[in-house]
This record gives sequence, C-alpha cells and structure tokens, in this order.
Amino acid sequence: MRFLMFVCADPDLTGDGSPDTWLAETGERRLEGSRLRPLSDATTLWPKEGGTFVSDGPFAETKEFIAGYDIIECADLDEAVDIAAKHPVAKFGAIELRPVWE
Amino acid sequence: MGVTDAVDEAFRTEWGQVVATLIRVTGDWDLAEECASDAFASALATWPRDGVPRRPGAWLTTTARNRALDRLRRGAAESGRLRRLAPVLEDDSPPAEEDAVPDDRLRLMFTCCHPALPLEAQVALTLRTLAGLTTPEIARAFLVPEATMAQRLVRAKRKIRNARIPYRVPPAELLPERMAGVLGVLYLLFNEGYSTERRELATEAIRLARVLVSLLPSSEAGGLLALMLFQESRRATRTEHGDLVTLAEQDRTRWDRAMIDEGLAVLDEMFADPGPYQLQAAIAACHAMARHAEDTDWRRIADLYELVAELNPSPVVELNRAVAVAEVDGPAAGLALVDDLRAELPGYHLLAATRADLLRRLSRHQEAREAYEEALNQAPTDAERRFLARRLVELTTS
Repeated sequence: MRFLMFVCADPDLTGDGSPDTWLAETGERRLEGSRLRPLSDATTLWPKEGGTFVSDGPFAETKEFIAGYDIIECADLDEAVDIAAKHPVAKFGAIELRPVWE
Repeated sequence: MGVTDAVDEAFRTEWGQVVATLIRVTGDWDLAEECASDAFASALATWPRDGVPRRPGAWLTTTARNRALDRLRRGAAESGRLRRLAPVLEDDSPPAEEDAVPDDRLRLMFTCCHPALPLEAQVALTLRTLAGLTTPEIARAFLVPEATMAQRLVRAKRKIRNARIPYRVPPAELLPERMAGVLGVLYLLFNEGYSTERRELATEAIRLARVLVSLLPSSEAGGLLALMLFQESRRATRTEHGDLVTLAEQDRTRWDRAMIDEGLAVLDEMFADPGPYQLQAAIAACHAMARHAEDTDWRRIADLYELVAELNPSPVVELNRAVAVAEVDGPAAGLALVDDLRAELPGYHLLAATRADLLRRLSRHQEAREAYEEALNQAPTDAERRFLARRLVELTTS
C-alpha cells in the first residue's frame, strides 16, 4: 500500500536534509516526491459565499511547515516507519505518515 | 466443576486465543470478536447436553471459525468475495493443529500495544480482545461514558486496518522497544486495578503477563510479572476499614504465599542483567521474603534502588533509597538525603510524609508536626489524609 510522507521542518532547527543517500537506499519503494518551495511562495484557496477566495501563505499558521513530500510503497506501517525514520530530516524535523485512501 | 463453571473458566483462559486466531484467519477484528462471543454462547447451550469437550480451546476456536465462515458466506455470496475468503477459512489448520500456532495471542498483544495507537486505546483494545472484558465493563473501569469507550475502540480498530498496522510479533530489531510498550500497558492496567473496586484489571494484567512470559520469555517480562505478583500478594492487608496500613504494620501471615512463591520462582529464573522491572521486583521480593518487618534486608534494598537510579535517575527513586538508607544507617542519614530532594520535589506529599516520619524518629517533634501538616495539605486521597492525620494525633499525644 502507499503512504504519503509529509516531511516537516522547523525553521529554528537546521540540519543536513539532503536526501541522496536515503533515496539510494529506499530505491523503488519510493514512488515519487519532491522538496517544496518555501511558504513565501504558498497560496491557499478558501471557501467563500459559494465560491473561493485566494490568499497568500499556508493553510495553517504553525511554526513547522511541510518542506517536502514522498510517496512510498510499503507492506505495512512498520515498514513505512522504518523508511521514514531513515530520512535525514527525521533527525531534526517531524515526518507525518498518511496512508493513501485506496 | 459444573458446566457453567467450565464455560467461565474457558472464557478466562481461551477468549484471547480464540479472538487472536480469528483475527489472523479473517483479518477482521469485529468479526473475530462477534464469532468468539457466538462460540461461547454456543458452549453454554451445548456443553450441558454433550459434555465439556476434551480440548475446550480447540472446540471454541473451531466453532468460532465455522461461524465466521457462515457469516462471510452469507455476506459475500452475491459479491463474489466468497471464493477469495473461503479457502482461507476452510483450508486452515484443523483443530488438532491449533497448538502449532501458539503465538496468535502474542501477535495480538503487540498489535494492540503498537505505538502508532494512542495509549488509552492500547489499554482498551488489550482488555477487549485479549481479556474479553466488554465495552461497558472497560468504560466503567476507566470512568468514561460507554459511548466514549466504544468510539475509542472503533477508532483504534479502524486505524489498525487503514494504516495497516501489522499483525505479528515484531522482528528482533524492533522487539525490545515494542516489548517495553507491551509491558508498559500491562503495568498501567495493573496500577489502574490497584484500588479495591477495580481489582479485575490487576487480575487481568497478571494473567496476560503470565501468557507473555510463557510464550516469549524475557527477563523484563518476568520482572514485571514478579513485581505485580508481589504487590498483589499484599492486597488483603494494604487497607483496614478503608485506612492505609503501612508495609511495616501489615499482617504478613495474610499475604498470599502462592503469589509470592510464583513471583520468586519467576524472578529466580530471570535475574541476569537486570532491567527496571526486575530491579523493582527484586526490591518487592525483599519485603515479600521477610516474615517480620524487622527481618527486611534494607541494605540490599538500598543497593537495588541505587541500580534503579542508574537506569532511571529520578528524585522519586532517590526518595525511596533514602527510606532504605534510614533503616540501615539511621534516620539522620536518611533525612540528609531527603532534605537534598526538597527542591526537586516541591509539593510532593510523600516527601513531606517521609521527612515527618524521620523527624519523629529523631524526636524533633515540632518539625515533624510541621512536616505532617505539610503532607496533609498535599495528600491526594482521603485514605492518605486520614493516615497522616492519625500519625499527627499520635505524635501530639505521645
């Protein structure tokens, strides 16, 4: 089954998040993913009077932000946790695992 | 033993195994629980007529599995899923081979106590699936509305399914961490059952720990089982008419010797490279083995607390060590250690109560009175307040 990994960082904490080794180790189990542009480039749509309005910034004002995402294919949650734990950002940021609704 | 007693006994010993096997075979937790319930209802109906089967567990598992097959057949006939499901149920081991998979309950324990589930759900799931408590019983034990508990169980089972929490004993590299999780849940259960009204939780915690130790022996699981047995052996003497009775004043002839002997045997087998539960069990064993309070090996207890502190440095552990040191080297030595902890444990009633007791033994009565009053103000339960008030009165009238 597929899991989406939200790779979340805290701007006050820094570390080496370069994922090359992780990508090599994870191999084909990582289906796709990418780093994301910063929050200053984010745009959010909100519902308004039957339509939507567009605003600058992320949908939630938290200190942590989603810095990147990966989609991984795993047999179960333990395997997903094992893969996520090896991601370099796991040492200084948070990683949220969400099963894809299949 | 009557037939109803036999069913009761089978329920206590076999429920977890039946549910665990059905979950493995069907992959459906709700179906597993329902079919296990049906099997026990069926036992109540047929055992009086046909007699208690030679192997009640195998009979119950087979009956539950057949029930599951019936339900799946009915539910899936039109959807074409039957072909996929039926072989799983029909071809799986016949009753004679049930013993070949003794680890279903272990799988169930590790899945119930998976760290991706909230702790309160881990506890509830363990009680429901392994111990067979009903949702209303669990709700009552944790003083939450039944609907809340039902919701908690539903959500946990949904997450197990949707996030695919595996149904297995974790591989070696994960085992120590996961085992700590399982033991933590069992000890939490036991502590919830410390009070008289919820004794069944303590009983279940001990029962499940025995299963764990027999299926997957480990020193810490054995340590926890021994610790719980020693603590439980003193249940009858811990209170008198609702008032606390100290360890020193308890009637040791009324301690449960069978539990103490079982605990000592488990501990004896396991004591190597001790972890926190083993050390705590070893301390409890020092009390359990002393036929009179004055026979207690306080030197050993003080040494063991030092080892506990090395593993888990904590001011509460230091406070316990201070109590042991006071017995070995006198109240003044204990008091010096306790006074060092005052800044670290502000407002902790057991610190004030310990100081009060040591000051009393040093005949520093005015300071002892002040410490008892401080402890009285901080004590969280009526029983503890009554105990401290009694001590304060004794001090004033002595």
